[in-house]
Amino acid sequence: MSGIYLHIPFCKQACSYCNFHFTTSLHYKNDLLKALVKETELEKEYLGKEPVETIYFGGGTPSLLSSIEIGSLLEAVYRNFSIDPGAEITLESNPDDITKEKLQGWKSAGINRLSIGVQSFFEEELKWMNRAHNARQAREGLELATTLFNNITMDLIYGSPLLTDEMWKHNVDTAIDLGISHLSCYALTVEERTPLQKMIQLQQRKDVDNDKQARQFLLLMQWLKEKGYEHYEVSNFAKPGYRSRHNSSYWKGASYLGVGPSAHSYNGKERKWNIANNNIYIKSINEGQPKRETEVLTEENKINEHIMISLRTMEGLDLETVNRIWGNLQMKRLEAQLERYIQAGFAIKEHSLVKLTNEGMLRADGIAADLFN
Amino acid sequence: MKNIRNFCIIAHIDHGKSTLADRLLQTTHTISDREMMDQVLDDMDLEREKGITIKSHAIQINHKHKGEEYILNLIDTPGHVDFSYEVSRALAACEGALLLVDATQGIQAQTISNLYLAIDNDLEIIPVINKIDMDGAMIEEVKDQIIELIGCKPEEILLASGRTGIGVDAILEAIIDRIPAPKGKEDAPLQALIFDSVFNSFRGIIVYFRIVNGVLKKGDKVKFVSTNQEYEADEVGILKLGLEARKEVKTGDVGYIITGIKNAKEVKVGDTITNALNPTQEIIKGFQEVKPMVFAGIFPVNTDEFEELRDCMDKLQLNDASLTFELETSQALGFGFRCGFLGLLHMEIIQERLEREFNQTVITTVPNVSFIAYTTKGEKIIVNNPSEMPDAVKTDRIEEPFIKAQIITKPEYIGNIMTLCLSKRGILINQSYLTQTRVELVFEMPLTEIVFDFYDKLKSQTRGYASFDYHPIGYREADIVKMDILLNNDKVDALSALIHRGKGQEFGRKLCEKLKELVPRQQFQIAIQAAIGAKILARENISAMRKDVTAKCYGGDISRKRKLLEKQKEGKKRMRQIGNVEVPQEAFLAVLKLDE
Repeated sequence: MSGIYLHIPFCKQACSYCNFHFTTSLHYKNDLLKALVKETELEKEYLGKEPVETIYFGGGTPSLLSSIEIGSLLEAVYRNFSIDPGAEITLESNPDDITKEKLQGWKSAGINRLSIGVQSFFEEELKWMNRAHNARQAREGLELATTLFNNITMDLIYGSPLLTDEMWKHNVDTAIDLGISHLSCYALTVEERTPLQKMIQLQQRKDVDNDKQARQFLLLMQWLKEKGYEHYEVSNFAKPGYRSRHNSSYWKGASYLGVGPSAHSYNGKERKWNIANNNIYIKSINEGQPKRETEVLTEENKINEHIMISLRTMEGLDLETVNRIWGNLQMKRLEAQLERYIQAGFAIKEHSLVKLTNEGMLRADGIAADLFN
Repeated sequence: MKNIRNFCIIAHIDHGKSTLADRLLQTTHTISDREMMDQVLDDMDLEREKGITIKSHAIQINHKHKGEEYILNLIDTPGHVDFSYEVSRALAACEGALLLVDATQGIQAQTISNLYLAIDNDLEIIPVINKIDMDGAMIEEVKDQIIELIGCKPEEILLASGRTGIGVDAILEAIIDRIPAPKGKEDAPLQALIFDSVFNSFRGIIVYFRIVNGVLKKGDKVKFVSTNQEYEADEVGILKLGLEARKEVKTGDVGYIITGIKNAKEVKVGDTITNALNPTQEIIKGFQEVKPMVFAGIFPVNTDEFEELRDCMDKLQLNDASLTFELETSQALGFGFRCGFLGLLHMEIIQERLEREFNQTVITTVPNVSFIAYTTKGEKIIVNNPSEMPDAVKTDRIEEPFIKAQIITKPEYIGNIMTLCLSKRGILINQSYLTQTRVELVFEMPLTEIVFDFYDKLKSQTRGYASFDYHPIGYREADIVKMDILLNNDKVDALSALIHRGKGQEFGRKLCEKLKELVPRQQFQIAIQAAIGAKILARENISAMRKDVTAKCYGGDISRKRKLLEKQKEGKKRMRQIGNVEVPQEAFLAVLKLDE
């Protein structure tokens, strides 16, 4: 099992909170697309003989691309890798890019799953975030998408200063009522070097309130559970059968190839990531020497990642797996250290499986750090 | 012998002792300009930074005066209240002393107490006013202070500037003319006073001495009287900038001896060295076993570094015999050491040396003085550690060490100092004007009150215009109780403190507040309580961290996030886990920072 991620680093405008790699200039779009195609050729051995089961267009805003552009990128992927016939192929999109024609084009190009960056159904919040779409487009885009795609996920953001608990309920209910089968819900995070951080520093924006974020997260877990969604990862909820296979593969330690500037790849031994600069990326790919950094993971890194990631998932941390891969001492150590979290009601243990409770999910980072080697 | 002069310099910190010493060495060509580093006598990094001579040293100056060659031995003395015994022994090795007073600052408490020590040792005092070239110099006023203090004539006071070299020749002349030559019999059995020692990792302990009677020759069998140990004098010599080996060192002179001793414990300042085959019948008076005044626990931050720490403590003790320690086991901190220090500064120095010279990160616990508890059964228990305090029901009474504190300040600060000292259970014994602008206040105070935050408060209450010195004056009965700190209802032995009952409430409240500041928010709520016996006196809560999880963890986030959490984990390693609470290193000394 393996996956391919393609990073499309273009956006119409900059969301205030976003720290991903993107540009609002489309000047080098064609050169970049060519470089993406070239990189898939350069890296065609990276995943070995493993069939690719998921392809994911992320960004940035991949929905800015035409269906022809998407199609030619997919063609390059199919040309260089062996793709499972039932592969999940996701495209991230913005509501304002969604038209009937585009949807049909994406579908015929091979996209079978849409991820829609809604974030909120409230006008004032969308403005606050400097999103490119408005509330009407959010709703209409979604409605339109559901007519052509059955496998849809949407993003929602909670914990922003403007969002009351009632508004939050409204956002979640709207998604449920539209029959969206998968939701990714993120606490608004003030990332380094973002406009939001700057504005908070200058006291032009209110800082986020951690207690409120915690509360809205707990509410969210409660609401979605009632509606039959599985909380299968900290930020991800799905109706049975609708989990993101691509993202799940990250959490299962599967191999993945990231194509495009700033994209990360992992083959079970090392992780590498391309430079987060479009021009240098294009130039280095054209010279056949992709500019990137590599990190070889030590066993310690690996067990730490395993702890960190698996605790975030519904399946939890399997101590038997730890025992099998890293040995009895590590298992015993974790078992002992987990005891106090179990006592405190942050985790539960069923046989060899340790899973975080809702309260535990709220503190997954701190708990993971504590369990690190 | 008639051309030997042994002298020291009595001065307050920053009054220019080291600079003047440098100038004396330069003027007499004892060291060349090339060898000249600023303040050559302070050769430990730490000393130079803190501006205090921690270990006393000695250096021989050769000087020609009126056609005759003289040997002037300058014995340097430590300049802090924690080291008064060492000072007294250095003084005992001299016949005279330069009383150095900063023209801009006047006489300070510590100068006075060392001056009294010098007078007790019958030293000839040569008063010198230093820094006369400075803008704020108050030469006439300082002259009056000196005259009042030692009853000298105005013309006996020398004026100097160590910085420019003014007056240095006159000082050299006065040393030769006014300080008497040593007396003593060269043919008498050897009698030498140990006034200092240093540790050298190649040669072992180098002992500094002053010969009172007799001669010490290379190869002699010598005996250290108080320890009754015999050694062979592998090397003897005099002290220049480095060591200069000689065949012998004679009566009246100052020198060093190397015998291969590895452990500083065998060398006690104030002890008498004699010849093992022809021993003296008299020991040099004034010898005391150095007694630690302040006790605190030192623990490794990581429990598995205990053995390493033990090794470092052993090495540190080799060159600092005034450091004492024994094994301590704490429920909270595991294995460590209960250490005895001469004072708080000494404690700070030891901690810093462990960190700098030995690369040890340690937790130092609440310091306390040595109490005496008498049980109802009539036993006497020395309490150097809160855990040694007997049960209240089994205790008949407790005694605490008292000191006589001498404070010199400007009249406008008398009120503040009175308030401070009275709040520290001080009793005013005497108040006298040294001059119109300088007052000496004498208090009797419990030593334990000095240990916590006295110095800093004194400084802030007087804007730095107060100098302080103290001497122990014995034990007195006191209502001392053990205050425990509980974290989530678990008693943390390493945070216990011995305090006066009357202060319990306030102390407990402040300590809880301080700990709340120092202990970071964690996954669980933390209750901090202060208790005496079963009675809770104060409580603070640290609410649990509500949310500690990052939203996104996809392909590109995994490495970044792992590194972030690994860093967090590293930070936690500098903390100690007690129950389910992680306590940072600095929290264990919260008690010293209650008013910050």
